[in-house]
Amino acid sequence: MTTTVLPRVNYLNHEHGVASWLLTKDHKRIGILYLIVVAVAFFLGAIFAAGVRMELTTPQGDLVSADTYNKLFTAHGVMMVFFVLIPVVPAILGNFAMPLMIGAKDVAFPKLNLLSWYVFVIGFLFTIAALIFGGVDTGWTFYTPYSSTASNSNVMLTGLGVFIAGFSSILTGLNFMVTIHRMRAPGMTWFRLPLFVWAIYATALVQVLGTPVVAITVLMMALERALGFGIFDPRLGGDPVLFQHLFWFYSHPAVYIMILPPMGAISEVIACFSRKNVFGYSFVAFSSLAIAVFGFLVWAHHLFVAGISPYSAMVFSFLSFAVAIPSAVKTFNWTATLYQGAIWWRAPMMWVFGFIGLFLIGGLTGLFLASLGLDVHLHDTYFVVAHFHYIMVGGAIMGFLAGLHFWWPKMTGRMYSDGAATLSALLVFVGFNLTFGPQFILGYLGMPRRYHVYPDEYQVLNVLSSAGTSILGVGYTLTAVYLIYSLFRGERAGANPWLATGLEWNNTDSPPLPHNFSDLPVVSEGAYEYSKRGMKVA
Amino acid sequence: MLESIPLFPEQASSLAPEVDNLYFFVLAITGFFALLVAVLVVIFAIKYRDRTGNRVGAPITGSIPLELGWSIIPFFVSMAIFVWATVVFFHIVRPPDQTLEIYSTGKRWMWRFQHIDGQSEINELHVPLGRPVKVTFTSEDVLHSLYVPAFRVKADAIPGRYSSIWFTPTKTGQYHLFCAEYCGTKHSGMIGSVYVMDPDEYQAWLSGGGGLSMTARGEQLFQQLGCVSCHLNDGSGRGPSLAGKFGTQETLANGETVNVDDTYLRESILTPQLRLVAGYQPLMPTFQGLVNEEGVMSLIEYIKSLPAAPATGAATQTQAQGR
Repeated sequence: MTTTVLPRVNYLNHEHGVASWLLTKDHKRIGILYLIVVAVAFFLGAIFAAGVRMELTTPQGDLVSADTYNKLFTAHGVMMVFFVLIPVVPAILGNFAMPLMIGAKDVAFPKLNLLSWYVFVIGFLFTIAALIFGGVDTGWTFYTPYSSTASNSNVMLTGLGVFIAGFSSILTGLNFMVTIHRMRAPGMTWFRLPLFVWAIYATALVQVLGTPVVAITVLMMALERALGFGIFDPRLGGDPVLFQHLFWFYSHPAVYIMILPPMGAISEVIACFSRKNVFGYSFVAFSSLAIAVFGFLVWAHHLFVAGISPYSAMVFSFLSFAVAIPSAVKTFNWTATLYQGAIWWRAPMMWVFGFIGLFLIGGLTGLFLASLGLDVHLHDTYFVVAHFHYIMVGGAIMGFLAGLHFWWPKMTGRMYSDGAATLSALLVFVGFNLTFGPQFILGYLGMPRRYHVYPDEYQVLNVLSSAGTSILGVGYTLTAVYLIYSLFRGERAGANPWLATGLEWNNTDSPPLPHNFSDLPVVSEGAYEYSKRGMKVA
Repeated sequence: MLESIPLFPEQASSLAPEVDNLYFFVLAITGFFALLVAVLVVIFAIKYRDRTGNRVGAPITGSIPLELGWSIIPFFVSMAIFVWATVVFFHIVRPPDQTLEIYSTGKRWMWRFQHIDGQSEINELHVPLGRPVKVTFTSEDVLHSLYVPAFRVKADAIPGRYSSIWFTPTKTGQYHLFCAEYCGTKHSGMIGSVYVMDPDEYQAWLSGGGGLSMTARGEQLFQQLGCVSCHLNDGSGRGPSLAGKFGTQETLANGETVNVDDTYLRESILTPQLRLVAGYQPLMPTFQGLVNEEGVMSLIEYIKSLPAAPATGAATQTQAQGR
């Protein structure tokens, strides 16, 4: 392998210097730029989470003050939701891989793509500034009237950061939509698109249609806070519950912005390492669209105990069960893809196995919360905290890491240690379950979320949860270590180390050329035609 | 140590077993599907493992019957959960007709409970065993949520409107009472206890406290604030008679009808012009700032206690003639 040489010119070495990165219009480099910022945000968010878990090892509020605790979990939520989960797959893997996968030279609007990154960074810096100047204590949900009338913290600055970052998401979604419509290589029909591209497309719809609503909502909250507009404050004739409707009208679909792209990455990795077509390709593709559409119709399931009419609660409960079906369909299809595969146990696949386990639990516990009679008891308890971490971290972050391990050789031209990566996937899986598993029990016992101090009887489960965090931390740190190490010492990957199908693996080098392909690719078959490869059937 | 970890909260209300049974049902169903998929993934991963990386899998692309099967079966299973959960939900949100009424206000960071007979308490709530209790509450500042895990009930306290929870305690003892909606610095300190007492003890506890009953306080306020000068019981005043009106329907000036409930009465006291009863002038001033949430609750309790005046129309006429 060491005799393989890097391609003479690739997107990483054809230009040098900081300016060549900060002014790049290359989608691949922009993907790397996002990776750097998101990694910083993830690190910060993880530090805040560690603070929260350390405080909760004892029932008393003995490590940090109540206000500091409130600012810690808020900072954790804001950082992880707006600056990690929303951009993590679309902006990093989507930017890097999607144009390659459809056989395009770049996205449709390369300058707009760079602008999106700058907008994202500006939003990020405002949020960081809010934290440096004393933090914010509203929770990432900014519920009124607390945020608009009562909180004494940096609500405006944080809101501004989130507001600005939202535009990055809108512009990226728009860019990707146009790219997928207009830039596909000859022969790349819709039903030959890799499923990752379908997922990115469905996500782009949600980004473009949903994000403006949260931007407007945050703006209205700011107007009330700064200028006393009576929108949400009942003393001024407003309605505090209106904020929740508007906020969740975006923020529930945002869950699908976070989970659909990792689901797409999972489909790619499963197909490659099972050496098979994804079972039920069109069902998996359309389930992404179904999730994106139904995702807009379930927001009020966050409001079952917020004084909405029981009949409307009934409708939203029904729709919430309905949105679970396409997710179930995806899971069954992935499982069926493994059947009679030739399953190659390499690191990306280990992250996929972890994803399936955690996403199963996260998805199925959603049924508890969609159940009206149970949600009254479980709402705003640790059961909810556990549920969404299983989806967001167990699902989205595991899915991202599966995709990152899959495309890493393509991005960098280097291989990482397969053994270290497998160990890391195992550590994260075990640490994650230990961290969040006990929280389901805590939630059913009735421990409310966002509690700085809690009754003694909840301590044992909280200690287990905090202990799990340390394993989780070791797992993530290990990932960072061997990935960074591979940049310097990793074996050369070669164009297609996984023997995968797909234009990014077969029609360009690793790392790819500056303009992706030396010749325009022409596509004549579906995305996962492993059986036509002339390899032996297992 | 491990034996000391409870897995379920105590069942201390008539709703608790209903919720728990539903929980076990959903747990069984989701457990089955989780195991099914997990076991299949593990079996396939081991059985079809290929150490070389050079082979390809069987050329299978999909199966319409399977796709339909695993769409339709989960749909019907989830509908079973939906129906059961909705039935339980309606039990939780629909109190029985005869309840012991208690009022409460949440504010940062305490719960204040007001019993009809005059007792009031902070962060403690005493209730009798075996009798349906309805707590009606609002918030004086930001959102809160009144939550008693042992009873499996919760509802947000929202400034500007009334929420309620109801429960029939089935076991004496002391239970946690939490604020479940984040409300700032001491959110986790906005907790207290519910004491479920034997009815005799409860009666003794009730009579132990002093203070006017809510009805009496409401009557006092009704005089002090001058409500009485317009809302004459015989209907001859500048405002409508309130006697016997609670729980009935009124026609509004814009032709709509409204249920005269605590929410409408609260709104009419604080923002009287919003939904005016048909046939009356918009003369009533707002009482915002002149009466606090508990005062409003006492006024409502007083209005509830007013018996319907016999044949109001006739009475008005008689009086008019008499003058």
